[in-house]
Amino acid sequence: MTQKRGAVEFRAVRKNFGAFTAIPDLSLAIEPGELVTLLGPSGCGKTTTLRMLAGLESPSDGQILIGGQDVTRLPADRRDVSMVFQSYALFPHMTVGQNVAYGLESGGMKPGPARERATETLDLVGLAGLEKRLPAELSGGQQQRVAVARALVLEPQVLLLDEPLSNLDARLRRRVRTEIRELQQRLGFTAVYVTHDQEEALAVSDRIVVMKEGRVAQMGSPRELYESPASEFIADFIGEANVVDGQVVSVEGDVAQVELGGATVALPARGLQPGPARVSFRANAVRVTTGGQGIAGTIATSAYLGDHVEYEIDGPLGRIFVVDDESETPLRPGSAVVLELRPRGLALIPEGT
Amino acid sequence: MTSKDNRRLDLILAAGLIALVALPWYRFNGGFFGLEWLGELYSAAKVRPGAVQALTGRWQLWPVIALIAVAAGLRFMRPAGPPRGKALAWVGAIGIAWMLAEGLSVGLRGWNWGLLEATFGDVAGQPAFGAGAVIVGVVFALLIAFGAAERGALKGDAFVLASITLLVLLVAVFVFYPLVSMFTGAFQNFDGSFTSEGVRNNIVDPKIWSLACLAGGNCGIAWRTFFLAICTATGTTLLGLVFALVATRTGFRFKKSLRLLTVLPIITPPFVVGLALTMLLGRSGSLTQVIESATGWELGRWLYGLTGIWIAQMLSFTPISFLVLIGVVEGISPSMEEASQTLRSDRWRTFRKVSLPLMAPGLANAFLIGFIESMADFGNPLVLGGSGGVLSTEIFFAVVGAQNDPARAAVLASVLLVFTLSAFLAQRLWLAGKNYSTVTGKGDGGRHIALPRRVAWPVISVAVAWAAFTITVYGMIVFGGFVKVWGLDHSLTFDHYIRAFGVAWDGGIRWTGVAWDSFWTTMEIALIAAPLTAAVGLLTAWLIVRQRFPGRSVFEFALMMSFAIPGTVIGISYIMAFNLPPLQMTGTAVILIACFVFRNMPVGVRGGVAAMAQLDGSLDEASLTLGAGSARTMRKVILPLMRPAILAALVYSFVRAITSISAVIFLVSAKYNMATAYIVGLVENGEYGIAIAYSSVLILVMITVIGGFQLLVGERRLRRPGDTSAAPPLAKDAAT
Repeated sequence: MTQKRGAVEFRAVRKNFGAFTAIPDLSLAIEPGELVTLLGPSGCGKTTTLRMLAGLESPSDGQILIGGQDVTRLPADRRDVSMVFQSYALFPHMTVGQNVAYGLESGGMKPGPARERATETLDLVGLAGLEKRLPAELSGGQQQRVAVARALVLEPQVLLLDEPLSNLDARLRRRVRTEIRELQQRLGFTAVYVTHDQEEALAVSDRIVVMKEGRVAQMGSPRELYESPASEFIADFIGEANVVDGQVVSVEGDVAQVELGGATVALPARGLQPGPARVSFRANAVRVTTGGQGIAGTIATSAYLGDHVEYEIDGPLGRIFVVDDESETPLRPGSAVVLELRPRGLALIPEGT
Repeated sequence: MTSKDNRRLDLILAAGLIALVALPWYRFNGGFFGLEWLGELYSAAKVRPGAVQALTGRWQLWPVIALIAVAAGLRFMRPAGPPRGKALAWVGAIGIAWMLAEGLSVGLRGWNWGLLEATFGDVAGQPAFGAGAVIVGVVFALLIAFGAAERGALKGDAFVLASITLLVLLVAVFVFYPLVSMFTGAFQNFDGSFTSEGVRNNIVDPKIWSLACLAGGNCGIAWRTFFLAICTATGTTLLGLVFALVATRTGFRFKKSLRLLTVLPIITPPFVVGLALTMLLGRSGSLTQVIESATGWELGRWLYGLTGIWIAQMLSFTPISFLVLIGVVEGISPSMEEASQTLRSDRWRTFRKVSLPLMAPGLANAFLIGFIESMADFGNPLVLGGSGGVLSTEIFFAVVGAQNDPARAAVLASVLLVFTLSAFLAQRLWLAGKNYSTVTGKGDGGRHIALPRRVAWPVISVAVAWAAFTITVYGMIVFGGFVKVWGLDHSLTFDHYIRAFGVAWDGGIRWTGVAWDSFWTTMEIALIAAPLTAAVGLLTAWLIVRQRFPGRSVFEFALMMSFAIPGTVIGISYIMAFNLPPLQMTGTAVILIACFVFRNMPVGVRGGVAAMAQLDGSLDEASLTLGAGSARTMRKVILPLMRPAILAALVYSFVRAITSISAVIFLVSAKYNMATAYIVGLVENGEYGIAIAYSSVLILVMITVIGGFQLLVGERRLRRPGDTSAAPPLAKDAAT
């Protein structure tokens, strides 16, 4: 099965619901064959964006292009996209086979060939032999795969996934997201994936678009977002970083010397000049020791979680959240500690300076 | 996209063309469906199509032809797109407006209004719209819809736009146009000129408005009706609450069978209770005779008048109130009552301080429903009213019989309408948002506490007594059909049934019974109306629930409001609207069918909305993103999933069409007589035996239909066992 790959472009799209502006001004370009995640807290406009791409909402202003063609005014049934719904939306009165063949028959294909194609696609997602079942007779994970098959069988230019894993339990979620990513890599289709789970987004995406209040807060590869957050919001949202105050002491080329609670560390300057700065401070950016060089602090709370220990530590940076995955025995609250900086979990935040 | 836009335009333009050149433009005697017109299409003047009519001097049809030509020009000369869409929509709108204007201005004998005649000179009169005109009107409406679709309105969904446009057109023609006609009719003389004399005379008529009863005299009819409605509403609410409490909060052994009561108002033609009451308590009623012979008192005619109507209405409407209040009483979260008990309140205090206040909005709702039902009731007052009727019967007597005073009927109808619409508005606006019923998805553990003992016993006694009374009254109906002459000769006989439903055999079946004629007409019309009602109602429900279009809430509100229009008002307004061109259909089956469809549609809408709310909205969206258009989505996804709701709507509209009397009695004709109207005629002639026999047969037919329906729905399973099916019990629909 070969998939078409369509590019997607939003040009200055605005969406109002009555007096409420859900999306003030959105411009976005997605390359063919890419899996792009729309990530953000609830109410950030990510689902609205996806639904506008599907044709289920029409933009109040602006243009949407799929595969270079302007589809802004095209209704959903005439767009070359298909969608996997959060609730799966499998038709309960049709068998699995009928569900998957439905879209093909809508497009005018004869029932016979449509059945065959449906069977092939069900094989592809690992559901061979379940054509005659009703959706209610399948497990949650199987239903999810039927929903994917039903969308994929149409070979759309773009596949849309609206929080496809949110109805699965945690263990299954990990497996299915790997399957989706693997399928997308194998077939090479363009996919737009909506989620509010940052871990899921990091795991499946080529690029992530983080949205906030209807705007793009940052767009980039998972590594870029994690390692170089453009704002405190991103630092907090991707990987729950502490955001602390630091001081840029000097800048040489692209490297800045940054003073953090008495310790100094070299970080990419990201255009900052000497002076106060905000620093994204990952929970694993330090080693927790009881002696040595670093930031002094006192343990406020500690929680033992098997393979690691979580601490909240009071010190010159205020209360920060730290993970220690090295020591065997957790320290008691009240213990004095020294935090040894490791440069990998630290980044200067360019905004606000 | 372009090809689809053009294809549907081609279709309606072709339809418009055929309607203009090959179908009779005007209505004619003999009937379109007789097909005799085919042979003389271009020779006989009365059946000529629109184009020929225009050529032979009816200049008012030229604009219609020109507009269709403009639309065709746009189709072939301009590319599809927003500018063309806008132009097409304008053509459609102007077309509708023109047909409206010329249809209303030129009547059978020329200009309808003197002013126009003075301005434009004489014009030849024209008959009512016929097949050609109706189709062209629909084509214009569709031009608006398709034009809007090309402009991209509602995401360019032509099916949705066409549905909305046609529904608005239908509701305008069959709900609002009649009402407007009724009001204008009140201000017209026999020759059609304006006069306010009739209205002025009637609106201050002491027979309507007198308050003399406060000083010992007789009050006006408006106040009497109002007073009766208040009494009925109060009584039915209290009794309904009693029944609801017994059914849900006591250990009463037969409480399950109490619920059977709720089926009664659905299957009972509205005048039957009144009829049974006369047989029990009337001058020669059986109970009357027992009392008279035992005590020697002369009871006389006390039953005829407000008292009798009130008893009959209590019997008729208590089940409806019961049904409403069961939901209210069950809807109160048990945890509220449990909380109260843990806060040191005994059951009596909990009932008084927590349960009753929580039920208050529900009680108010039941009161308003009882009020509207009582106001709109026509059957019981007709049978029991005697000399002192109520508004609905007075309207009837103002147009039939010797009086024939349309202005008076219109004034009375307006008064009635104001009363019922006020109650409806109170129900919708004031009570909206005051509902304490807790119907969340979450399971709310706990059970309703039983009634305190000092409430339980009186409540159960009242319920049992009333249920016994109801059973007696219905027993009368069964029994009465087999008695020779009620009150005089109580020997048993099959005579009434044989006279009504006799069948003879001489080479073929001959339906010799007097009832067959109206019986078959009723079945036929109910069978035609039912699927139409269901279709229109469910389509509307789908639009309201799943489509966002400007004016949606107004549309919904107007539809629901039409449910509060009493049948009598509908009947009188249909007569006034559809007796003369441009739309003439009195005396046909069409007017009966239209009346049923638009009178019962709100029930279909409500059922459809409830059923649709249970369907996940992403099912439609999934279908759309899979390339199916709205029409295919409707057919393949929505309709199969809504089967129970569709069946319920079908059965309900069928049954309502059979039992309805208030509007129907104005609209029946010698050719199309309905069972209820026929029975009322029998009652007026004093032929109680046949009337009762006929009513029992009707009730039996409806029990069969409803029972069959319950079996059908009960057996089908859509979801896995464990999930409760979405099939709403039919009886719920009556709770309005």
